[in-house]
Amino acid sequence: MIPPKFDYVKARTADEALAALAEHGDDAKLLAGGHSLIPLLKLRLSSPSVLVDIGEIADLSYISDGGTHVAIGATTTHRTVAKSELLRAQVPLLAHATGEVGDPQVRNRGTIGGSIAHGDPASDQPAVLVALDAVLVARSASGSQREIPAREFFRSFLETVLAPDEMLVEIRVPKVPTAGWSFQKFNRRAQDWAIVGVAAVVNGTSAGIGLVNMGGTPVRATATEQALAGGASPAEAAAHAADGTDPPSDLNADPDYRCHLARVLVARALLEAASR
Amino acid sequence: MQREVTISVNGSPRTDTVEPRLLLVHYLREQRRLTGTHIGCDTSNCGACTVLIDGLSAKSCTVLAVQTDGHEVSTIEGLAGSDGSYHPVQEGFRQCHGLQCGYCTPGMIMASVGILADNPSPSESEIRMGLEGNICRCTGYQKIVEAVQWAAAHPQPQPAGQGG
Repeated sequence: MIPPKFDYVKARTADEALAALAEHGDDAKLLAGGHSLIPLLKLRLSSPSVLVDIGEIADLSYISDGGTHVAIGATTTHRTVAKSELLRAQVPLLAHATGEVGDPQVRNRGTIGGSIAHGDPASDQPAVLVALDAVLVARSASGSQREIPAREFFRSFLETVLAPDEMLVEIRVPKVPTAGWSFQKFNRRAQDWAIVGVAAVVNGTSAGIGLVNMGGTPVRATATEQALAGGASPAEAAAHAADGTDPPSDLNADPDYRCHLARVLVARALLEAASR
Repeated sequence: MQREVTISVNGSPRTDTVEPRLLLVHYLREQRRLTGTHIGCDTSNCGACTVLIDGLSAKSCTVLAVQTDGHEVSTIEGLAGSDGSYHPVQEGFRQCHGLQCGYCTPGMIMASVGILADNPSPSESEIRMGLEGNICRCTGYQKIVEAVQWAAAHPQPQPAGQGG
């Protein structure tokens, strides 16, 4: 399959990329690793007239210690995130879940910022960041920068709150070195997207539980979180994992089955988190 | 719009004029005439098109040629030594019958080279997880895993075999 024609701009700096976005607006798309965008281009589901390649902007690829959080540059590859000693120590849930994204070839090229900005509720990292209450930093051509809570970033299927002239530049993840955590991914083949996934970080009765592929956006299992906060046992709380969700139907699963999976996987996640 | 790129393939840089939408796998097969890299699913699922970019495995059906401008791409054709000696992974596939129809083999071998570069002594489980992005529709996985184990145990290049 051959993508539709487009013009191509290789940006050397974030400012160059933002200037190109400002010039071309909605007709432009950012290209980092390309592992979400190129498949869409090949299927002609997306036909931007300009691709702005940000994959080689050196100062967008980093993992640094921000004190209470770890800061990750948007074009940091999944490989680098998964192998990061800082993240493995301070935010093990994110490092581990990133090691489950796709397959090694995908992780070598794909980037965390690309995966987040793509806004696919079936992807692993969006739910992880929602569970962790991460903050996403976006910059626009005007030079303004805003911090967006991950829980407010995803608007609907493949749609985020980013404006056409904005670029996701950094992901800030709170350090949770001592919290219990678990990542549960249920799929048919190792490399597949999750049919349902669960990302959980647990501190006593305070839990953040993100659900993969249980709606048009990554969502929190708020009923389970509230039940835990109210003193319910993990098993009792997990029974509410699918409350308020609106899961999709596809070849792999209908909504009822996804709700069942969510309850089972949240129960497993809480059990595993309690053991860590 | 055409664009000039300089891409090094198996150590040989060359400057070409390409359309930005040209996929790396098409560039390798049609412009460099290196047809050892196969197109399988064309959707980044099967891994038949796996090559190394700057030493890391990648699915060349999901990379634009322009993204590799200035980079080093390694394909199956570059593995054997100039004296005909086999790369350990090639010899492992030969010794252990790691192929049946052979279609997935170049991708399997390049992915395996990537696994061993990261981890010279992988466990069986690590090999299987490392090959999760490569599909063999002959389902010859057992022999493929054994081939990678053989290569891990014999890390030196192997003299060209005498047939068979």
